[in-house]
Amino acid sequence: MENIFRIIVCIKQVPGTTEIKINPQTNTLVREGIETVINPFDTYAIEEGVRVKERIQQSGEAAEVTAITMGPPQSESILREAIALGADKAILLSDRAFAGADTWATALTLKKAVKKIEGWRLIILGKQTLDGDTGQVGPELAHMLNIPFIGYASSIEEISFQKITVKRLAEDRYETFEVRLPAAVSVGKDINIPRVPSLRGKLKAKNETIPVWRAVDVELDEKDAGLPGSYTQVIKIFTPKHTYEVKMIEGGPDEQADELFKKLKQLSIV
Amino acid sequence: MHYFLSEEQQMIVDICRQIVEERIVPVRAELDEKSIFPKDIIDEIGKSDLFRLFIPEAYGGMGTGIFEVCLATEELSRGCLSVATSYAASGLGFIPIIVMGSEEQKQKYLPELAEGKKIAAFGLTEPEAGSDAGSIRTRAAKDGDFYILNGTKQWITNGGEADIYTIFAVTNPGRGARGVSAFIVEKGTEGFEFGKKEDKLGIRASATRELIFTDCKIPSQNMLGSEGMGFITAMRTFDQSRPAVGAQGVGVAQAALEVALDYAKVRKQFGVPISSFQAIQHMLADMATQVEAARSLVYHAAKVIDSGEKNVAKLSAMSKMYASDVAMKVTIDAIQVLGGYGYMKEYPVEKMMRDAKILQIYEGTNQIQRNVIALELIKRGVL
Repeated sequence: MENIFRIIVCIKQVPGTTEIKINPQTNTLVREGIETVINPFDTYAIEEGVRVKERIQQSGEAAEVTAITMGPPQSESILREAIALGADKAILLSDRAFAGADTWATALTLKKAVKKIEGWRLIILGKQTLDGDTGQVGPELAHMLNIPFIGYASSIEEISFQKITVKRLAEDRYETFEVRLPAAVSVGKDINIPRVPSLRGKLKAKNETIPVWRAVDVELDEKDAGLPGSYTQVIKIFTPKHTYEVKMIEGGPDEQADELFKKLKQLSIV
Repeated sequence: MHYFLSEEQQMIVDICRQIVEERIVPVRAELDEKSIFPKDIIDEIGKSDLFRLFIPEAYGGMGTGIFEVCLATEELSRGCLSVATSYAASGLGFIPIIVMGSEEQKQKYLPELAEGKKIAAFGLTEPEAGSDAGSIRTRAAKDGDFYILNGTKQWITNGGEADIYTIFAVTNPGRGARGVSAFIVEKGTEGFEFGKKEDKLGIRASATRELIFTDCKIPSQNMLGSEGMGFITAMRTFDQSRPAVGAQGVGVAQAALEVALDYAKVRKQFGVPISSFQAIQHMLADMATQVEAARSLVYHAAKVIDSGEKNVAKLSAMSKMYASDVAMKVTIDAIQVLGGYGYMKEYPVEKMMRDAKILQIYEGTNQIQRNVIALELIKRGVL
């Protein structure tokens, strides 16, 4: 097998509008006819993928970035954008059977696609999407592929064909992990500043033929894809109502303190 | 306004706009205030392939022309003339290699310049030799397979920041302009040092420095063309580069016009927006017309050069002169539209005016441009 360090960057198209509509039948986002953009966190994933490629290339080895997305046909546009930003190839996973997928079915579809790509060493994802907001697809995908997953990376300290060293900011400390490759890493916006597309990248993006993989191409049974393959289904999406009442406590400081203490005790707060 | 750009040309404009909005506008005031060279932005410009626009495909370029260079320069100038100057000055530094370099020199230097991994500078001006470029004193004395450089260059844009320098020096003192030769000098060569960094009125973030040569030994193969070809190299370079100075004028004028127009629509005096006053309307109308006329001349000059036409000195000089005069006038008028606010650093137009002034001075003062135009007129006629 050729010795190429293949990096897969998973990206997602999200509505580029603040007017998000929900399909009342399926309770999923209406994506048709809505202007889409690359999920903002995924732009950092693309940039990090391209930087890893450049690092590997600087050490004299071959490397390549493949951007992959699952979505309706119009999400091809974000794959072209990924190419303009330095990805070498792109794959669109698009099939009516994929519609309505939850994070599990999405991860399973991605896993099937990744398995079709030879020689991949590293998967990079944005830490979460702006629409779904779960942050689950990355770890689920890694679990299904049986590879290590490091979430919320803030820098890739070292990288070789064999292993990766990743630093991330935890609540009160920095953590550094060294894991064997292949592995998956999710990134946030502190990892890099994404570059501006290049002219050669844009020209390549315009002319590139982007293959469309359907369920049958990735050998995914339709019962495991989309809504039928989903363990979770969104029943209802709503904004929680915050209610509160204000009660003014009268009297001198001591009286007020006593009254407040009594009230807090009643509410089992103290 | 529609300029009938091809898809690729529109991509160039879009890339530059993104760089301007995301990378330049947020920091331009600080870079100006503190005179910080915009290294990160120049790196980004390099990564976006914009240096490749100058360079033929065989040497890592895009095989585009001066028109595309002008489009990029105009857009970058809308953001900040310091950045656009640093970008265009690298082009000015390596165009001599394109027009006069040997195959070996092109192969050696152009690919890294195309990538933006290295930037270039053009070293002609000296304390005693500005418009009178033929009177330069920097001396290059032949010594076996080398030339020994001695002298000082002044006000060199990208000085200290550039890696590759095109240096003009006298190889044959008795012959005036015909005794001048051009050399490629690499940063780090022994005997090549940088002098003081200038503190300037405008384009403050661009680097302007002295270059000092003391017994600096340059291999003969670094000479561009043959001995005595220096002045011709400089003139041919200017023919190619001057429309981009015009494009800088168009860009900064366009930016000032945009600020003035936006301001006029929201600034209220006597209970109404000042854009409802004919005095302001006529100023804006004149500014917009001048910008459009300058742009047309710059684009035309660039396209004529790209067509392969040889006698371009007149048109090239016209585009530089006219567009830089427009830049000066429009930026001053923009301050007038903004009144007291325009004079303050909170608004960007005072910087645009300070920056614009250099365009009437560098790459040949506008008086020299008029000399070039008049000489060409007399020599070749009106058309």
